[in-house]
Amino acid sequence: MDISTTTDASPPTPPQHKPAERKRDARGATRPGDRIFLGLSRGSGILLLVIMAAIAGFLTYRAAIAIGKDHGNFLTTFEWNTNVQPPTFGIAVLAFGTIVSSVVAMALAVPVAVAIALFITHYAPRRMSGPVAYVIDLLAAVPSIVYGLWGALVLVPHMNGLFGWLNDFFGWTGLFSWEEGAPRSMLTVGILLAIMILPIITNVSREVFRQVPQMHEEAALALGATRWEVIRMSVLPFGRSGVISASMLGLGRALGETMAVATVLSPSFDIQASLLNPGGGTFAQNIASKFSEANEFGRDALIASGLILFVITLVVNGAARLIIARRAEYSGANA
Amino acid sequence: MAKRIDVSGLTAYYGSHKAIEDISMTVEPRSVTAFIGPSGCGKSTFLRTLNRMHEVTPGGRVEGKVLLDDEDLYGTGVDPVSVRREVGMVFQRPNPFPTMSIFDNVAAGLRLNGNYRKSELSDIVEKSLRGANLWNEVKDRLNKPGSGLSGGQQQRLCIARAIAVEPKVLLMDEPCSALDPISTLAIEDLIGELKERFTIVIVTHNMQQAARVSDRTAFFNLAAVGQPGRLIEIDDTERIFSNPSVQATEDYISGRFG
Repeated sequence: MDISTTTDASPPTPPQHKPAERKRDARGATRPGDRIFLGLSRGSGILLLVIMAAIAGFLTYRAAIAIGKDHGNFLTTFEWNTNVQPPTFGIAVLAFGTIVSSVVAMALAVPVAVAIALFITHYAPRRMSGPVAYVIDLLAAVPSIVYGLWGALVLVPHMNGLFGWLNDFFGWTGLFSWEEGAPRSMLTVGILLAIMILPIITNVSREVFRQVPQMHEEAALALGATRWEVIRMSVLPFGRSGVISASMLGLGRALGETMAVATVLSPSFDIQASLLNPGGGTFAQNIASKFSEANEFGRDALIASGLILFVITLVVNGAARLIIARRAEYSGANA
Repeated sequence: MAKRIDVSGLTAYYGSHKAIEDISMTVEPRSVTAFIGPSGCGKSTFLRTLNRMHEVTPGGRVEGKVLLDDEDLYGTGVDPVSVRREVGMVFQRPNPFPTMSIFDNVAAGLRLNGNYRKSELSDIVEKSLRGANLWNEVKDRLNKPGSGLSGGQQQRLCIARAIAVEPKVLLMDEPCSALDPISTLAIEDLIGELKERFTIVIVTHNMQQAARVSDRTAFFNLAAVGQPGRLIEIDDTERIFSNPSVQATEDYISGRFG
């Protein structure tokens, strides 16, 4: 072999870089494609933060104008009068109604969604799991106004029987007492919301359950676990954080749902201890029903209520992340 | 109490594909039997028919008889779940339950099988971890997650989990193939101790390992790709590695193919 060719073939000595440049080299962000992709992804990340900040800034600015002129306590007042002088309005009823309807929806939807997801991934024969999953996907595609119309025209007239039964047997708890009147109450809203958020929770849970590694299920099987015990020992623990995330997606939709609530609920500015008596309201429903008729100040007041909804959503998401992070070292993702 | 395994005319399928054909053998109680053979010859499939794990795979089905002492594992009315409680299994990759602590991992099988008092449970957990030569390494962190252990420790944790329920037979599917040589040695030593109490069947790709740990060795082979795997011969390990009665075994062991 010729010595000169060997020298030519040897790779050129890398130029000496400053530490920052060397770090960039190590990430491989020096070629055009890498640079473009880096710029795109970084830009998208920054854009997201800018949009969030813009929304928060807008809400805070307009809300501050309205809250400054509020004669009542914005957090505890049980009325919404923005056209009178001095204006008196508060979000107590809205916060209560939003949380109650969402809690009812979650309580009904999460167990059913997890059960459907388990059925599709672990119980149903293959011929069936595909169609069932497809129907669930279709449910997610139905617009919320359609759910609202169905709720008002079909669900509400059919709730009388259930309401009467609940009142007869559980009326003594106070939570389920019913003083007649159309069943356009928080329970009906909660049931409708539950149906609406069922598909998203089911779909995400299904994907999570499908990803449970075979070896974890076999570990349980080899110990003599039945199908249900395999699910309890391997599938549910592995899917736990995924189900929480799925539920948060559903909760986000329930908290912000507008049209379906507005068509079903008969709103009033008071708090009902019973889930069956009509009345109450939610943030989104209140904004939707008052916005078109509100003057500029009234709109600012509604925006202030939107800010509170925004904060509630942030807190809920933060809490969910905390729950997931607290048991991270036991996470199924460590496997 | 360790039990004898008596297999006769066993054939296993994946859907319409015949994976292993007409296998018969006897495995003596309190002995170690190693399965060797080239990849795809069906030794893992055969192992999985011994605790009815083969049927878990979609399309998996089995013909033939597997007697555990006198009880046919594939007899009518036999529940696969109760079979697996008698025949424990350790897998190729260590698979402790990631969401459970070390203690709970070992106790998992016991909790399935019945109600134990807390003191009973911790006695059995300690005994099992000692039995798996893991106790001294983990006794101070029983409440830590099992996934925090090293690969070799995780595999011994899985062995502790399997022996905690006192199975009659312990199946091991290439238990050392994901481990380093030191951890492998620890598992092999452990197998030597466990055979005093259990009937052990181990699948291995490592022929030195088969020679080191087993009393009997079974050689599996397949005629061609797509053909079902067959048992070529089973004999005392010493004989298989010195003077096998079938030419194919000698070829495989001496590295002439496979």
